[in-house]
Amino acid sequence: MITSNEAIVAETYPLEAQQTGLQPISERLHEWVTTVDHKRLGILYICLGLLFLVLGGIEALIIRIQLAVPHSTFVSPQVFNRMFTMHGTTMIFFVAMPILLGFGTYLIPLMIGARDMAFPRLNAFSFWITAFAGFLLYFSFVGGGGLYGAGSAPDVGWFAYAPLTSRAFSQGHSTDFWTLSLLLSGIGSIGTGINFVATIVCMRCPGMTLGKMPLFAWLNLVLGGMVILAISPLTAAQIMLCIDRYLGGHFFDTQAGGSAVLWMHFFWIFGHPEVYILIIPCFAFASEIIPVFSRKPIFGYPVMVAATVCIGFVSFSVWAHHMFTVGMVSYANSFFTLATMLVGVPTGIKIFNWIGTMWGGKLIFKAPMLFCIGFLFQFLVAGLTGIMLAASPFDWQLGNSYFVVAHFHYVIVGGILFTIFAAFYYYFPKMTGRRYSEKLAQWHFWLFLLGFHLTFDFMHIPGLLGMPRRIYTYEPGRGWEHWNLIVSLGALFQVAGVLVFVFNLSWSYFTGAHAGRDPWDAWTLEWSTDSPPPSYNFAEIPTVRSRRPLWDQKHPEDPDWHYE
Amino acid sequence: MSNTTTETVDLVLSWRLPSRGRVGMICFIAAEAAVFTIFVVAYLFYAGKSISGPTPREVLHLPIFMSACLIVSSFTIHAAVKALAGARTVWFNVWWFATLILGLAFLAGTVHEWTILIRHEGLTISTNLFGTTYFSLVGLHAFHVTVGLLVIAVTACASLASAVSQTHAERLDILALYWHFVDGVWLVVFTVVYVLGV
Amino acid sequence: MTGVSRQLLNLFANFCFVSALGTPAIIAQTQPLHGPDMFNPQSTPAHSIFDLSILVLKVTGIIFVVVVTLLTYAILKYRKRAEDNDHEPPQVFGSNQIELAWTVLPILVVLILFFSTARVIHAIQDAKMPPNALEVVAVGHQFWWEFRYPKLGIVTANELHVPLSDASQPRPTSITLLSADTDHSFWVPQLGGKVDLIPNRINQTWLDPHKPGIYLGQCAQYCGTQHAKMLLRVYVDEHERFEDWASQQKRQAVNDPRVAAGRRVFLNAACMNCHSVSGTSAKGVFGPDLSHFMSRDTIASGAASNTHENLKRWIQDPEAIKPGSLMPAMKLSDEDLDSVVAYLETLR
Repeated sequence: MITSNEAIVAETYPLEAQQTGLQPISERLHEWVTTVDHKRLGILYICLGLLFLVLGGIEALIIRIQLAVPHSTFVSPQVFNRMFTMHGTTMIFFVAMPILLGFGTYLIPLMIGARDMAFPRLNAFSFWITAFAGFLLYFSFVGGGGLYGAGSAPDVGWFAYAPLTSRAFSQGHSTDFWTLSLLLSGIGSIGTGINFVATIVCMRCPGMTLGKMPLFAWLNLVLGGMVILAISPLTAAQIMLCIDRYLGGHFFDTQAGGSAVLWMHFFWIFGHPEVYILIIPCFAFASEIIPVFSRKPIFGYPVMVAATVCIGFVSFSVWAHHMFTVGMVSYANSFFTLATMLVGVPTGIKIFNWIGTMWGGKLIFKAPMLFCIGFLFQFLVAGLTGIMLAASPFDWQLGNSYFVVAHFHYVIVGGILFTIFAAFYYYFPKMTGRRYSEKLAQWHFWLFLLGFHLTFDFMHIPGLLGMPRRIYTYEPGRGWEHWNLIVSLGALFQVAGVLVFVFNLSWSYFTGAHAGRDPWDAWTLEWSTDSPPPSYNFAEIPTVRSRRPLWDQKHPEDPDWHYE
Repeated sequence: MSNTTTETVDLVLSWRLPSRGRVGMICFIAAEAAVFTIFVVAYLFYAGKSISGPTPREVLHLPIFMSACLIVSSFTIHAAVKALAGARTVWFNVWWFATLILGLAFLAGTVHEWTILIRHEGLTISTNLFGTTYFSLVGLHAFHVTVGLLVIAVTACASLASAVSQTHAERLDILALYWHFVDGVWLVVFTVVYVLGV
Repeated sequence: MTGVSRQLLNLFANFCFVSALGTPAIIAQTQPLHGPDMFNPQSTPAHSIFDLSILVLKVTGIIFVVVVTLLTYAILKYRKRAEDNDHEPPQVFGSNQIELAWTVLPILVVLILFFSTARVIHAIQDAKMPPNALEVVAVGHQFWWEFRYPKLGIVTANELHVPLSDASQPRPTSITLLSADTDHSFWVPQLGGKVDLIPNRINQTWLDPHKPGIYLGQCAQYCGTQHAKMLLRVYVDEHERFEDWASQQKRQAVNDPRVAAGRRVFLNAACMNCHSVSGTSAKGVFGPDLSHFMSRDTIASGAASNTHENLKRWIQDPEAIKPGSLMPAMKLSDEDLDSVVAYLETLR
């Protein structure tokens, strides 16, 4: 049995070993570009997401500088409108999706004892089409054309309501860049969704029944199903928009009797499950990290599975809570209020189960756990502001205001990004074989936490005081100025935190201590491989008897399968 | 984790999970079904709402012949795959080519119908809501038929080159799933467009 | 009202705004009393929403306190201490009773919230308007508001006048919401929740303000470049004041012979392609009706106050006030500009 890391690396990458690490760049590049190895594709996805995180972050900074004071002329309204459109589109489709799908791609085969995903070439295709789509979207800055001068990115908002997107109101090609790039990235995401489902259903190692696989696998199985069913409606709607814009169709042409509300329905049938698609992998991270850093198994595994499946289904029935103000009949508004509030129940149950996991444990406050704890507090708040928005009359005031912007950033930054940071720190040793600097990670956490709360706590207030969203400037004297200034200042602390984060990971990649196979004393299969794992993952496909195979190994006197 | 007890050996030997290809195809079909659902919803939503131009009642006629071709082709493809699984290659070829021809007949029917609609009735995708939703939905379906026929044609060529054997039966069964899906979608389109919408 | 005293009043209003939160001004209905704050409701729909929101805030507040307490307690009590041995804590897998408890309780909370909410939804959306309700049709444009009073024969823009509706004389205003181009949203937080204006769709809302004054709002659905400056002002007038305003608006536009030159410029220089002035051949509908232009406190849908200087600037170079608005720069000569401004200033 091979044990040394170096020997494994030598066997896997013989060329490298021969040339003492001086493989020509062109060969290295060629390997990466043609890879179908899920681990490499996972890393490519994550790096793509980080690149777009920087771009989306710059757009956010421009927005916040413009809004720090009323009647600012930092950017023109045309530029501002492109900034918020690109910021939203980038963050959702080219940061969150790639990073989350990338972690799934990397981890799922390792966690279920498989050698790769079900369809490795589809995996590669999904990545490259997503990458292309991202660059297509940003090419719009040079190639957009249109009435407002050379080069214009889309400026119709990330949900591109009709008829603002029709040829009449959206001249030039900026909207087409939005449509086509998301169409392509959607195809990539659906491919990954198919891969997740097929891998998890068909490639688990012997003994790993559905009831014995890590929660991460369960949640990504539900995720895969949701991606398949939710992204397709967006694809359909975008095809319809293209037909309207280029073949003279009338799907959303109100002048020909078409309906602007129909676009909203189609978009949100995608849009609402999409936000659950974004949060479920984050639940998966929390469900892996919190138990390990509490030194206890997850509390209520079957209930966690049931709650997630429930969320998966119910999330498809709440979409019109984004449309409470369009004038639906009262019964429709009531239905969507009820459904939205109900979907909060399984979500709340999960929070209770995570607390139950921590209860009676021995909590270790390293970076992954710190970020998960931040996630718990923040996701709770986000869920509660969501309940407020679910009450449709309340939404008639809060909707389309900065309260909503604060709510969803609380979910996306406070919930999703925090768990992504947790996952980065947790899996960095496995993916690179190195330890990161815990001290720098703590700096990152506290800086970012401060910045996050400065920005997004106070952002609720202008919303409550009547400030709508998507405005490039606002009137002084409405009581919004001071809050906007604080919100903008918080952004600086977040930037500082992210810079520390990037530095930490880059520096540690080259100089960090060797991590070994299992730096966290964890219990699932990925920690039984070398760090980084060889291309074939496992020398022998493992067999398992419980949900925590490594616990069984480490505690042969008291294995889990006595209790499960 | 991995040991050599007979228990483990038994477990490994008896461990059976569904086939990747089949699960993958079912997922793909689910995604496509979602796409079609949106187009069907749009069709139903806009039924009767065109402000001007030809209406379904005026210009649509029940496409009995082409529908029959497509439905029968589902049976022939099923027969083809069964034949191949039983290593009856000649019968496989017969049924497979029959599927191809029936599929082409369906497409020919669509082309014929559209020629009349566009040239004689003045209905195009940009005429009115009916035109937009009709050509999009039926066109999307025809596109899926075309892609399916391309794969069937490639297989037919491979078969002519004697490259298709019993070992491929499973894969062709998975392809047949796609073809059945396309057929199923047509049943829905037929009902919505030619029966309910008129 | 002369330009100077209007400016003074504006200055005073701005002074009040700087400490908007909780500083109600005491002046009557010539300037906004308060910022657009949903927690200062002045109309029945806004009151209903306010009451519901307090209930929701209380319930979610309790949930927040309970869960945060549990979480904080867990973090403090169960941290791994340095003196801890390396034994793992008791490995607890779950508890059916606890799961049941924290499933049933939230469902009950949801049902309470839902029924309270459904009541308010119906009360607001399905309210029957009394026969004396004032009917207004609001049409959203890129980037201004058209207001029509069909039964009174009035067409105006951007500043909506409605009658006071207090207990002694209830008279709600029912607003039909349409759009001429893309989606907009009518939002005046103190008077009610927002309702969208969507092309090819007819929406309804209503309000019954209990206190006279000026209420602020703005478009709340992204509608293009100048969405930010599609501002709203609702003037709630006591009965007599409203009647005065209405009869003034019904009159045909002033036809002052002293500004005939300006009127000629107005009619010849393409203004009439977009604007209308009653009693002239200007019947454009793309831009606001200007028949009683001087009865409004602001121009460009609230983007600037209605002063001589601003008016000149607006006509000559709209981009300076509202970049991206659909009013083209008229490129008039100085003489033409002065005379057309003089003409417009007679349209009371």
